[in-house]
Amino acid sequence: MSNADDATTAAQIAAQVRAGQVTASEVLERHLAVIAAREPEIHAFNLVTVDEARAQAAAVDAKVAAGQDPGELAGVPVAIKDNMCTHGVPTTCSSRMLEGWRPPYNATVVTKMAAAGAVMIGKTNLDEFAMGSSTENSAFGPTRNPHNTSRVPGGSSGGSAAAVAAGFAPISLGSDTGGSIRQPAALCGVVGVKPTYGVVSRLGLVAFASSLDQIGPFSLDVADAALVMDVIAGHDPGDSTSIPRQHPSLTAAITQGVEGLRIGRITDLPGGADEEVETRLEEAFSALAAAGAKIVDVQIPALTYGLTAYYLIAPAEASSNLARYDGVRYGMRVPAADTNSMYMATRHEGFGPEVKRRIMLGTYALSAGYFDAYYGKALKVRRLIAEDFDRAYQKVDVMLTPTTPSVAFELGSKTDDPLAMYLCDTYTIPSNLAGHPAMSVPFGTGADDLPVGVQIMAATLGEPVMFRVAAALEAAAVARTRQGVK
Amino acid sequence: MSERIDVHVVAKVSRLARLDLTPEEIELTTEQLAKMLDHFADIDALSLDQVEPMTQPYPLVNVLREDREQPCLDRDEVLAAAPDVEDNRFRVPPIIGLED
Repeated sequence: MSNADDATTAAQIAAQVRAGQVTASEVLERHLAVIAAREPEIHAFNLVTVDEARAQAAAVDAKVAAGQDPGELAGVPVAIKDNMCTHGVPTTCSSRMLEGWRPPYNATVVTKMAAAGAVMIGKTNLDEFAMGSSTENSAFGPTRNPHNTSRVPGGSSGGSAAAVAAGFAPISLGSDTGGSIRQPAALCGVVGVKPTYGVVSRLGLVAFASSLDQIGPFSLDVADAALVMDVIAGHDPGDSTSIPRQHPSLTAAITQGVEGLRIGRITDLPGGADEEVETRLEEAFSALAAAGAKIVDVQIPALTYGLTAYYLIAPAEASSNLARYDGVRYGMRVPAADTNSMYMATRHEGFGPEVKRRIMLGTYALSAGYFDAYYGKALKVRRLIAEDFDRAYQKVDVMLTPTTPSVAFELGSKTDDPLAMYLCDTYTIPSNLAGHPAMSVPFGTGADDLPVGVQIMAATLGEPVMFRVAAALEAAAVARTRQGVK
Repeated sequence: MSERIDVHVVAKVSRLARLDLTPEEIELTTEQLAKMLDHFADIDALSLDQVEPMTQPYPLVNVLREDREQPCLDRDEVLAAAPDVEDNRFRVPPIIGLED
């Protein structure tokens, strides 16, 4: 069982800390005790930052004592995916390549969370350089699903999802390039958000595929996800892809209900989801209809080509981004007689099998003679998908799909077949290709009583309407649980 | 799409990618990439001549800041993270003359 069921939310903690009813230090120690009890079997963290967290919590408490407001996340423990730079604190990307590296600066999201009074409790495990869907590709060993430790937590942000599900922290940050927040959120039974491309700064996020990567929150409920989004969203001059715009409050949006909203059902969605997952999705549509929304059928013919476009574009961009790991400026170096031999030996030693596979695939797709046939074509398919979405969003406000084809699978069951692992991302990839926001909300359970997630997708900057639907789905899911419905 | 990928192509790509793969890794990679590329052939049927490539989701252009001095990373801290340093510079083994 998950420890999160009776856990306090971020909003509750912050309210209590701001009111002086509990100290940030007490909150922190309570969470460190849960970590001490359960982390050995879960392995959500690459590093628990006990000393730094105690100092941060003490600073929050000092502010409260001095009559100052520490911020909207006062004293809330937050777990940070270990591909976001933390000044002076090791940032590994779960790779031997960066083992022991201490970044000389903070990611913008890390700075913003601290400024809002949040307390960083640790750096979470991931698939190496965020490449994977199970967190089994970590150089430091896999993370396990808190609901059933023989199952994967999903990935690549598996550590951040498991940390919230296990009650190690009420909120965490992950990154999502093809589903790396939403898929583990679904498998761990928590909320996970991938914002519109450009809403959250990526300064200090170690780059995987730059035209797809976005940072977003994990949380126990939709209100906490809105709270974190309100803190981390916003323009950053340090990220040239950051949208120069003031973002509306999502905390305000979630109270507005779904009366009259048009919810899209994609009739030509690629099949392959488990029957129980399909059933939960149908029940989610019914719940929204009962809450006053209108269900509208839409078609997105190009969706079926999303997987191909993604697995050509993302590795191509990764092969370029990961060229920087050459043993010269930071991270591992394997000594050799000349620089080229040093590059070759360092990269052979430093990267794990999945990272090498993607670098190879991407380099191949970009190489002379194959560029037009693969990368060039994939970019055109990406346009087709975005255009199909645009047409559909003239008829609907959001669309619902399963987040994942199945519930959490057994550790080791897909590690020998990369393509089978890639198919886990079928429903999450299209939003990254289009740059749209999407989120996963827990909605009942499937096989073996494991959590099922429903994905809500919206058009560019459609976060407010997406969160309204998420809040309605969550209310329906809570009512189901109370009634003992699966 | 094109001819099936083989070990010679994969060996060449590994050199381009600066990855020192063993013969066994070359074989396995060839097999795995071939399977993926077979799957990716689904887009061959699409007619894409009239479609503009999409390289980024949100069209921002010429994002520049004003040309003013700003604080930058601390040099000593940056160099402290490097594998080898000499006279405040990154030190590397010989660049030319030893390659095959």
